[in-house]
Amino acid sequence: MRAPSIGVLALQGDVEPHARMLARAGAGCPVRLVRNRADLDQVTHLVLPGGESTTLARLLALFDLSRTLVARHRAGTLALFGTCAGTILLANELGLLDVDIERNAYGRQLDSFRAPLALSFVAAPRTIEGVFIRAPRITRIGASVRVLASHDGDPVLVEAPGVVAATFHPELTGDADVHARFLELPTTETAEKATA
Amino acid sequence: MTDRTDTKLKVGLAQMLCGGVILDVTTKEEARIAEDAGAIAVMALERVPSDIRKEGGVARMADVERIAAIMETVTIPVMAKARIGHFAEAEILQELGVDFIDESEVLTPADNAYHIDKSRFRVPFVCGARSLGEALRRIGEGAALLRTKGEAGTGDVSEAVRHLRKIHGELRALCAAPREELMTRAKELGVPFELAASVREAGRLPVPNFAAGGIATPADAALAMALGAEAIFVGSGVFKSDAPAKTAAAIVKATAQFGDAGVVMAAARESGRAMAGISASELPSAELLQARGD
Repeated sequence: MRAPSIGVLALQGDVEPHARMLARAGAGCPVRLVRNRADLDQVTHLVLPGGESTTLARLLALFDLSRTLVARHRAGTLALFGTCAGTILLANELGLLDVDIERNAYGRQLDSFRAPLALSFVAAPRTIEGVFIRAPRITRIGASVRVLASHDGDPVLVEAPGVVAATFHPELTGDADVHARFLELPTTETAEKATA
Repeated sequence: MTDRTDTKLKVGLAQMLCGGVILDVTTKEEARIAEDAGAIAVMALERVPSDIRKEGGVARMADVERIAAIMETVTIPVMAKARIGHFAEAEILQELGVDFIDESEVLTPADNAYHIDKSRFRVPFVCGARSLGEALRRIGEGAALLRTKGEAGTGDVSEAVRHLRKIHGELRALCAAPREELMTRAKELGVPFELAASVREAGRLPVPNFAAGGIATPADAALAMALGAEAIFVGSGVFKSDAPAKTAAAIVKATAQFGDAGVVMAAARESGRAMAGISASELPSAELLQARGD
């Protein structure tokens, strides 16, 4: 029905690193910066970037994007990828990811850290770099949620139907694997295209 | 196994702040207003720049108890200012656990020759810059974020505009220069050859650059963002307006959607009345804060 069209929510946060990483992961089309509902209507895949979750939640409400975003995701026409604050939005503000998540769970900026993460979903299992900045911690996962990577026993990369979510920042490293995983998520529209 | 000192974590936090508004606050009550208005971070300080300008005296790092109270009040990142070159103030702020240190010309410089060696700190630093050379010298010292100096405490955006245009103009010239000109250009900029070469190769600065100094209205914020600033610092502009909560929310709104005139117009209508302000071009050169540090 339509080719995947990729966007990054561009109200606040690390939008540019995501746009660059999506291009590297093979987005295959210009990455759209999504700031209003007209922009949102144009995309099948949307990244909710890292930033400040309190600010982002306020801006989503202010520009009336939440309802459209939730409705399109529930209809299966919008795949979502959250990183850090974006994952908090998916879980707490939009109710689209069945996890409990604690903000700033590791502490302040001085407690930010990098750690190697084992990825199980790639063809040849390997380790990528996890960049955790004032990161949240997932403390419970629902039945629909699958863990793709963990750190010290905590899930840090999870997947649910139509959603990929990380508590770290794959956009700040040299590894495009997580973004590629997101781009592979089908939506009803892109799936119809694939089978047509 | 984990690494807590590197540039990626410092610049990473700076990147998370992009598209947002950082507000100067002097009390935990102001910090609460800032957070509720949608600020991405607050800057804890003793006096806002317009009061420093008016009252004079030596402007130092804010009282530690004041900063600690602000850190306990809000969940967003808390920044605090240290005097240029005052690494002991910076060490106190790092011990306290602030999220970012602003080595700021708004405070009275502690060292008239040298800046802090920011690379040895675990906490990230932001520094002011008026030109590409100044920006790259601060990056060379370890700054993870830049901001224009503008002319703080004036409510006059013109100096921030001048600094944004100058940095971007010099960046374009560097990136377009043939390779054989690079050494001479690095010499003229007063920066290390390797840093100039890497910037030319990447086509952009290795850290974000925000606007600061004189931003007082939603329209000022939209102007600075359209000129390439990646986020906005507001000093006196919010808490010297007649309705700080409204002005803060309006500047946050205009910054997020700076390219949409309808949104910026709505923000302007919702904003409080701006601070009175003074024209930066009428200030005697001895009173210019931006001339501190280079």
